[in-house]
Parts: sequence; structure tokens; C-alpha cells
Amino acid sequence: MTTTIPQSAPAASVADRPMVEAVDVHKRFGSLEVLKGITMSVERGQVVCLLGPSGSGKSTFLRCINHLEQVDAGMIRVAGETVGYRERNGRLHELREKEVAAQRRKVGMVFQRFNLFPHMTALENVIEAPVQVAGRSRSQAKEQARALLAQVGLAEKADTYPAQLSGGQQQRVAIARALAMEPEVMLFDEPTSALDPELVGDVLDVMRGLAESGMTMIVVTHEIGFAREVGDVAVFMDGGVVVEAGDPAQVLVDPREERTRAFLSKVL
Amino acid sequence: MTATQPSSTAAPEAPRGAPGARPGPIEAVPVRHPGRWIAAVLVLVIGIGSLSSILQNPNLDLPTVGEYLFKPLTIDGVLITLWLTAASMVMGVFGGIVVAVMRLSPNPVLSIAAMLFIWVFRGTPLLLQLIFWGFIGAFIPKIVIGIPFTSVEFWSFTTSDLIPATVAALLALGLNEMAYAAEIVRAGIQSVDHGQTEAAHSLGMSPAKTLRRVVLPQAMRVIIPPMGNETITMLKSTSLVAIVAGDDLMSNIREAYTQNYKIIPLLIVAAIWYLALTSILSIPQMWLERRYGRGFTGARPTIGSRVSTFTQSIALPSRESRAARASKKESAS
Repeated sequence: MTTTIPQSAPAASVADRPMVEAVDVHKRFGSLEVLKGITMSVERGQVVCLLGPSGSGKSTFLRCINHLEQVDAGMIRVAGETVGYRERNGRLHELREKEVAAQRRKVGMVFQRFNLFPHMTALENVIEAPVQVAGRSRSQAKEQARALLAQVGLAEKADTYPAQLSGGQQQRVAIARALAMEPEVMLFDEPTSALDPELVGDVLDVMRGLAESGMTMIVVTHEIGFAREVGDVAVFMDGGVVVEAGDPAQVLVDPREERTRAFLSKVL
Repeated sequence: MTATQPSSTAAPEAPRGAPGARPGPIEAVPVRHPGRWIAAVLVLVIGIGSLSSILQNPNLDLPTVGEYLFKPLTIDGVLITLWLTAASMVMGVFGGIVVAVMRLSPNPVLSIAAMLFIWVFRGTPLLLQLIFWGFIGAFIPKIVIGIPFTSVEFWSFTTSDLIPATVAALLALGLNEMAYAAEIVRAGIQSVDHGQTEAAHSLGMSPAKTLRRVVLPQAMRVIIPPMGNETITMLKSTSLVAIVAGDDLMSNIREAYTQNYKIIPLLIVAAIWYLALTSILSIPQMWLERRYGRGFTGARPTIGSRVSTFTQSIALPSRESRAARASKKESAS
């Protein structure tokens, strides 16, 4: 993992390229500049943890990766494809909404507020996209969904509606739902911030298992312990820029930058 | 071990003796509500009084009511009323969804067009719109299909042939309902958390699919109760059709009483039918509310539960509980 622009080799195949590649990403909401040039690259199979005070732009950056927010300047590539645009004859063409939707299938996202579909059972939540978007048969999707629910430890909750599940269980269903589309990279936007403390562990366990299975993950989190233990790279953001990035054991234990040090002393 | 067993099973019981025992149910003197009793008696006296005076009124003419209640004239009218209600609600709901989506569209032309439509059809009286559509032939005598701004005509109709009275009534009721339904649907769509849309998008669902599979089903929960009201209002509004021509219940009843002058008995016939129909309509509404309430908790009070709460709250202490309290007093002394 490097946080500088990778000097991509001229004839690099897709497999060699980073899974997620961000180059000088800028984003503003009205007069507020939230991202002031984020550059980072995430290799296949890496777990990157984004940390920083609220308002530092880490969630916005995450949302840019699957085009929930549009980037103002710079660009993001996922698996070699530019997010939201197509390059043709040296010019960028904006993608249609359908094409953006197709691009998002490669990227799974887990939200702070779970955002499960409340009118569907856990199983229906998980099979929705495979059936409706990927066009798989219901029986095939159900079989896969049951396996995924078992993987997150909720096999017996398949026919339960989200309102009857605890926050931790809802978040684990949400992870299963995102995995059902077989994404190449998973984004987690503060997945445990809305949970009661005793429910955080179950969700982190599922994420740890996912990391061990080789999934590429970008995790916005305040769980320093998780970042240190599971993360391959820790990125500390503040004020819309990357302040410091590197080995979690170094960034989170003995940071070079004063701002990182100040933040950690408040959180720990 | 075996020797100590009986004493060990008894042991946990011992400390739970007199001081630690689970307290019995509270026996307190309930609050009295004499006001409720007085109000109930008052309402009953007024109700029974006015009902008996109505029933003894010779102008009521119950035999005529009975005669007209199931006459073919009445039944035909009821069928037309039901047909008009159903057709204009279908037109209103589906048209309303389209107008609501247009209203929420980022395209300013669509959004403003929807706004203007709602402005006109919600802002003028239904009666006016009914008469307007009834006399549309006077406004636009001919309808022509051709190329706009040229004199090329492929087909032309006389408007009054194309739009007979029933179609005019349907147009008026349906278009008016579309405007109201659009606002109800818009409120429903906006009540769904934006996170739902984001979650659907992040799963690769297209905007259209997101609306159909995720947003609308959740909006339905908010949309159905006011739509039920709209349907009941519509059933009654169809009676306005009597002004233009229409063969609905009210038109037929009006036709009959202008001939035989039995106005009150015939109005009672119509009232009985309208009441019966609106009562029946609340059944599918309940069913739909339950269907789209899946996954959301929270029970609604039924009439039965409300009656039992009321009777509990006004009940005097029962004889048994009084006896129990008396015996307790005795044992205490």
C-alpha cells in the first residue's frame, strides 16, 4: 500500500492494478470543501481503515468510491474502471444511471444506519439484488442467501423482519446483503457506530472473518483496536486531506504527525 | 449427599418467607368517574328520544323506503356508482403516481407541468369541473388528429360523440382525483428515508427499480390510509354526477322523487346504500394496511378494545372484590 500516486506501469494488466485507486480527489458541498485532494491506492485483498475526527471527509470519500457522491476533480478507479465515467478517445463521458448501477455491482457497501429494507424479511433483503439486478433464479438466490446468513451467524433469522432484529443482527444482515452481489471490494461506513457496545463485537467478528477470506475492504471506523488488529493499512484523515498513512502498528501506536497523536489521545 | 437433599431443596424456600415473599396484586379503591356516568346517561336519553321521534314521524313512510330499497332503479344506480368510483379511483391512483414522480423529477419542465396540473385541478371545485366536462363540446366542438400548426388532418371527431355524459363524469372525477392522489403519493415517497434509496443504489439497482421495489412499497404504508379516505369521498362525490346526467344512485333517486315527491323516504334509501357501501369499503382498506404494514410494528386500537377499556374504566367495584376487601378487614382486626 502506498498513499502516493502509483506510477502505474505502462502495460499493467487489470489484475496487477490496484483494486481501488484515487488520484487527487476533490469534493465540495456548496462553499464547503470536504475533500482537498485525496490520493490513495488499495491493493486487492487489502484491508484499509480510515480514521479521523468527524467532518474530516472520510465518509464522503467512501461514498465517492461507489458514486453516491460525485467527485468534483480528480478521479477514482475501481478494478481499473473510472467511477462514473468512461474514457473514450482521451475524453471523459459521463455514464448513464444504468451504467453507474452496473458499476456499483462490483462494490458492496455497508451503512452506519444499516438501511435494511424494512418491508422485507432478512432473506428477502439478501436475495433482492441477486434476483432483481443480477437476474439469478429465486431458488438459487435463496440457497446462496441462506449460506450467507449462516456465515454471519443468523441462519435462524432468515424469515424475521428487520424491526424484530437487534442493531447488531441488522448490520450483519446488511453485510450478507452486500456480499450477495459478490462484490470485489466492500466499503464499510462506520458500521458499528450506531450499535450498543455489547453488539459491536459480533459485527467486528464477521468483518474479521471477511478480511481473513481475502476480501478487499475499506473501513471507516472509530474502532482503533479493530484497525490495529485487522487493518493492513491505517489512514488518518483530517480537514479533507490524508495526514498520515501506513502500518497500523506504527500510525496508531507511534504516529509521526502531531494531529494524529492529538486525535488518538482523545479517542483512546 | 442423599441425606442432605431434602433440606437443600427446602433451603431456598426458607429465606423467601414472610418479608421477601412476592407481593400479591394491588388492592386499591379505584378512582370514581361520576362525570362519565352522567355523560353516558345524557347521550343515551337524547339518542333514544330523537330516534323514537323519528320512527314515529308519519312522513318517514317506511313502506316506501322498503319498496325502493331493492328496486331495479336503485340497484342499477348502485352499480353505476360503484363503477364510477372504481374507474375514477384507478385513473386517479395510477395517474397520481405518474404526476407525483413528475413532480419530484429533477427535470424542471416535468416538475412545473405537474405543479400546474395539481394547481388547476385541486384549486377549482369538483362541481365546476363536472359541468365543464359535461359541456366540453361547447368549448371544443371538434377533436382533430393531425400535425400541429399545419392544416394536415388525419382524423376528426365531433367532441360530443367522443365524450358522452358518463365519460365526461369519469374524466372530471378521475382528473380531479389524480391531483389529490399525486400529493398523497408525493408525501408518501418523501416519507421514505433517503438511506433506503442509497442502499438500493449501492446494490446496483437502477432508479426505476429502486422506486418500484424499495421506495413505493414503503410509501404505501403512508399512502393507503388517506387513499381509503379518498375512496370513500369519491363514492360520495359521484353523487354530484346527478347534475350533468349520469345514471348513478343519486341521479336515479333524484329522478324518482321529482316524479313522486316522496323526497324524504327516497333520500333515506340513498343514505342507507351510501352508508352500506362506505362501510364495506373500509374492509379492503384494513386488509391493505395490514399487507403494507409488514415489518412495521405497532397495533391499532379496535372498536372492541375501546369498548372494553371504557367499561373497565366506568365499572363499579365488583361484588367479589368488595367481599374480599371486607373479609380482609375482618381478618386484620
